Amino acid sequence: MLAYVIRRVFQSIIVLLVVGLVAFSMFRFVGDPIDNMLGQERTDADIDRLRTQLGLDQPFPVQYVKFLKGAAEGNFGVSFRQGRPVATIIAERLPATLELAAVSGLLAIVLGVALGVLTAIYRDGIASNIVMTLSLIGVSLPTFLIGILLIYLFSVELNWLPSFGRGDVVQVGFWSTGFLTASGLKALILPSITLGLYQMTLIMRLVRSEMLEVLRQEYIRFARARGLRDKSVHFRHALKNTLVPVITVTGLQLGAIIAFAIITETVFQWPGVGLLFINAIQFVDIPVMAAYLMLISVMFVGINLIVDLLYYAIDPRLHSDKSAKAH
Amino acid sequence: MIDSLQRAWRSDFLWSFSRSPVAVVSFLVVLVMVLGAVLAPWIAPHNPFDPATLNLMNGFSSPMEPNAFTGDVFWLGTDDQGRDVFSTILYGMRISLFVGFTAVLFAMVLGISLGLLAGYVGGWVETIIMRVADVQLTFPAILVAMLIFGIAKGFTPVHLRDQMAIWVLIIAIGLSDWVQFARVVRGATLVEKNKEYIQAAKLNGRKPLGIMSLHILPNVLSPVLVIATISLALAIISEATLSFLGVGAPPTQPSLGTLIRIGQGYLFSGEWWILFYPAVTLLVLALSVNLLGDWLRDALNPKLR
Repeated sequence: MLAYVIRRVFQSIIVLLVVGLVAFSMFRFVGDPIDNMLGQERTDADIDRLRTQLGLDQPFPVQYVKFLKGAAEGNFGVSFRQGRPVATIIAERLPATLELAAVSGLLAIVLGVALGVLTAIYRDGIASNIVMTLSLIGVSLPTFLIGILLIYLFSVELNWLPSFGRGDVVQVGFWSTGFLTASGLKALILPSITLGLYQMTLIMRLVRSEMLEVLRQEYIRFARARGLRDKSVHFRHALKNTLVPVITVTGLQLGAIIAFAIITETVFQWPGVGLLFINAIQFVDIPVMAAYLMLISVMFVGINLIVDLLYYAIDPRLHSDKSAKAH
Repeated sequence: MIDSLQRAWRSDFLWSFSRSPVAVVSFLVVLVMVLGAVLAPWIAPHNPFDPATLNLMNGFSSPMEPNAFTGDVFWLGTDDQGRDVFSTILYGMRISLFVGFTAVLFAMVLGISLGLLAGYVGGWVETIIMRVADVQLTFPAILVAMLIFGIAKGFTPVHLRDQMAIWVLIIAIGLSDWVQFARVVRGATLVEKNKEYIQAAKLNGRKPLGIMSLHILPNVLSPVLVIATISLALAIISEATLSFLGVGAPPTQPSLGTLIRIGQGYLFSGEWWILFYPAVTLLVLALSVNLLGDWLRDALNPKLR
């Protein structure tokens, strides 16, 4: 166990270092930072002074280590476009993304597991077939089209829900939340459905196929033979045994939700880090891009690591070292 | 390679195709769309990018209704600048399909080469290639494509950015998608390289490059074909998504995604057709390619028959 944990942590650190190198190279080689910081009226002396001041005259590895140190402290320099520290901009915008991701994730897990179990138990029912067909369409529709479709239905035609923004937000310390106002909650509905729908269908289909698999097993038959009630068989015996793959996939999907938030945030002009990142790409705002890259990598690598360790902790079959190597 | 293609042709491949209505219909749809895209300059009623043929008075014409000022009729209506939506879709499909095909081709060549290399050579070459693949696989492809697009955009000189955008897009989508190919080809190569015909080729004094390209490659092609078809659908959607987000095809060379982006702006003022028709085209295209890929996967997999 310990060897496995150490190996996984070590791998994660290497991945982060490589991503850091990519982010740093963007900083260093895409355009000249000196050019970006000094205006038209500059002298050679100014350039030299700034170069020394920023440490750009030092060897590449030294600069890289300094960059990593800065990144670890949350210091990513100043946005080319907004002229403010990147860390401040991201801190302002992160709550919006995290709230959206949390609601979407919750929606995806709750609805996904529930629908998956129901469609597996009533596999031949009409409702199950309708849900399955709809989920097929849901998987093949691109996210941004789902968003537009929802906007068209609920904002343009019915005029029930807002089509953009977060509504009114309340500032709680450094955190701006949309959970506490009616308009904030209303604004959350469409984006979180858009973002969560794909993950929901994925979880639903997975739970369904796992449930069908488990329901065929001997011990389920045995449980029935013992005269246990359907509810107990389905939820205490069957569902429990489908959870290992579900937890793995769901965990990995959490990362995907944060990444796909970029698309949803753009469709709904949701003021989160995803929209910030898209704008940064459009205007080649390198510090923001680099910071976002680091942020999302840390999240991804962290989530993957936790999921892997969790998987290992939950499934006793993996505990012998031999099978751990096969993974 | 030609040999194996002929064998595939003579086998029950065609028979199975003709027996599957879904496959036939989606193939026809894709064929019509590809033809429409390729022949766009000849069949489009207008060239939407030639300002001389445009009349601003034609702007915002509804589909199939004579324009209030000029009396011209447009099948699918016009956009704000009086461009015929049907024509912009044909030209947009050209960009979408071109980017899709080229990106998949790029990903395929890269993935096959690296996969063969990893599988055949082994050792630290394999370790490095597959580690990179593993790491890349933990990030969603669309995110990787966005990042590569952003970095590449930073490297291109400002005055070339719009012209280069299509190529940058191809590289970004291609690089985000090579992993699937590499993994499958590596797996198949590991199986093939221990077979007797490879031993025989080695004893005949064939060089490793020859063995990889002439002997192993033809035998690992059928899974590659399946992945390529499914990748094509994904690439078309990725391209549309990136262009929709404004980090893909520029407005001067609009793809279907760019058209949807433009159309979204008119959703609230009631000009639904500017958005609707490009969106439907994209959906039908992606769905057909997807269904074709599904059928191909079943048809080429003897285990399922």
